[in-house]
Amino acid sequence: MTEMIATRQAYGDALVELGEKNKDIVVLDADLSKSTTTAKFGKKFPERFFNMGVAEANMMNTAAGLATCGKIAFVSSFSIFATGRAWEQIRNTICYSGLNVKIVATHSGVSVGPDGASHQCIEDISLMKTIPTMTVVEPCDAVETRKSILAAVAHKGPIYIRLGRAAVPVITKKEDPFSIGKASALRNGKDVAIVACGALVANALTAADMLSKEGIEATVVNMHTIKPIDREILVKVAKQVNAVVTAEQHVLDGGLGSAVATVLSGNYPVPVEMIGIDNRFGQSGEPDLLFKEYHLLPEDIVLAAKRAVGRKKK
Amino acid sequence: MIKSQCLDIKSLEERAMVIRRHVVRMLAKAGSGHPGSSLSTVDLLVALFYNKLRHNPQQPAWPDRDRFVLSKGHACPALYAVLAENGYFGVDKLDTLRQFGSILQGHPSMKITPGIEISGGSLGQGLSVGLGIALAGKLDKKDYRTYVMLGDGELAEGQVWEAAMAASHYKADNLCAIIDQNGLQIDGFIHEIMSSYPIPDKWRGFGWHVIEIDGHNYKAILSAYDEAEKIKGKPTVIVAKTIKGKGVSFMENQVDWHGKSPSKEEAERALAELK
Repeated sequence: MTEMIATRQAYGDALVELGEKNKDIVVLDADLSKSTTTAKFGKKFPERFFNMGVAEANMMNTAAGLATCGKIAFVSSFSIFATGRAWEQIRNTICYSGLNVKIVATHSGVSVGPDGASHQCIEDISLMKTIPTMTVVEPCDAVETRKSILAAVAHKGPIYIRLGRAAVPVITKKEDPFSIGKASALRNGKDVAIVACGALVANALTAADMLSKEGIEATVVNMHTIKPIDREILVKVAKQVNAVVTAEQHVLDGGLGSAVATVLSGNYPVPVEMIGIDNRFGQSGEPDLLFKEYHLLPEDIVLAAKRAVGRKKK
Repeated sequence: MIKSQCLDIKSLEERAMVIRRHVVRMLAKAGSGHPGSSLSTVDLLVALFYNKLRHNPQQPAWPDRDRFVLSKGHACPALYAVLAENGYFGVDKLDTLRQFGSILQGHPSMKITPGIEISGGSLGQGLSVGLGIALAGKLDKKDYRTYVMLGDGELAEGQVWEAAMAASHYKADNLCAIIDQNGLQIDGFIHEIMSSYPIPDKWRGFGWHVIEIDGHNYKAILSAYDEAEKIKGKPTVIVAKTIKGKGVSFMENQVDWHGKSPSKEEAERALAELK
């Protein structure tokens, strides 16, 4: 049985681990520290933890001020508030100034579940990757979350890391290499490539198993860094399989799919089918039912893969 | 430790005249910018940079320096002139304001202009940045102070009050806000467009120590900066009543001069007054 852990849980643990080693790390939260799990850091290092109350705009710029003094400032809230409410603070003060602020937001995607559409952020990849110089990462599981937090500390400048509320299967191993902007293929096939991020990576692997039973062999790429996207691996797999499916828990506009399509259209055009949320808001419900409603299940990826294969030039 | 020069009031007034002349010339040359909002800040800036701040223009990133954040970033021509006269960069650079390739952007950019602590220009954001700097100072047990200048029109931004609440909560007594209360915003008088009055009561309500002064009276300005430094356990705000366009008779208290640069002829008339 695969172990199930929410990426946000791994975040809090990684902060505590890093906080021991690096005294420059400070953490800010906007009254959601139990949910984002930054409270773990706050308990261990109270003098370096700032609960800023329900005031995200102020929190972002307070982090910016701390960063001008050499601090590595982690800022957390739910993704809708971090990237939506405080977008312009991130754009104008943090990114324009090139400050070392790490925005790690939880509760991304419809897998937030019962809280409903207001709390299910499905636009954050787009909102963050459109800002010049911003880096955007969505780890696929708890193991990769720890690595991405470590990498964020080593990374100079602003970064956005997208985490989820619900438990997701652990599909990567501690020893797997991780570096920002460098994707890896989790399996290789000759017929189609599925490029996924976050919770959809596990579904892509399941879809690949299902496709294999029908004689279609799929490559699965874990595209944890959406910006800067790994162009090299995209062009390489496109040349190998000539049909691509993208999969993300995000609106189709401006997300992973559009980033992949941009690279492929300019370098090696092949049919691209996209799995994502098509111009709709989320709603209350348990994550599994919402994944079915918004066509994010392995079955949906299988159908998209068949469509992509069918569109290949004969 | 680098100390401020501590000039007498007459010398400060002479410096202010030099700065105001720079502002008029810079804006006339640039062909755009904000003269009214720049001129109202000059005396507050001159008193701060010449007599109060511990800073080192030869080493702008000196870790122990006092910090100044211009939240009302559109007043940057005045700040640029003060920085140049203090030696952060050559006075000749002032002629390049707002031009392509200039180190002096239309609104402050920390990455290219020595002495600028944070990029800005979008109103409402500077006090939060100042709070972050102040919290870092406490964490690092450094005794530097952080000053943030805001406009009175800017007080309509909700984020200012988020920062005011948080600074008070964290007892940021190393933080001093300076409000350039010139009574005007782009579309008209504050009381007509969006009243932020009564300003002192609001800050008192948020737990700040409040000092009200005439923002063109050097004795009052200097004594306010000294008083702010002595207040412990809470942040201080200096509510400075100023005159928009101060020093140029035809610009004073005129809405139109918020964001319009003087023509060559208008600049000459202004410079004739600034002597």
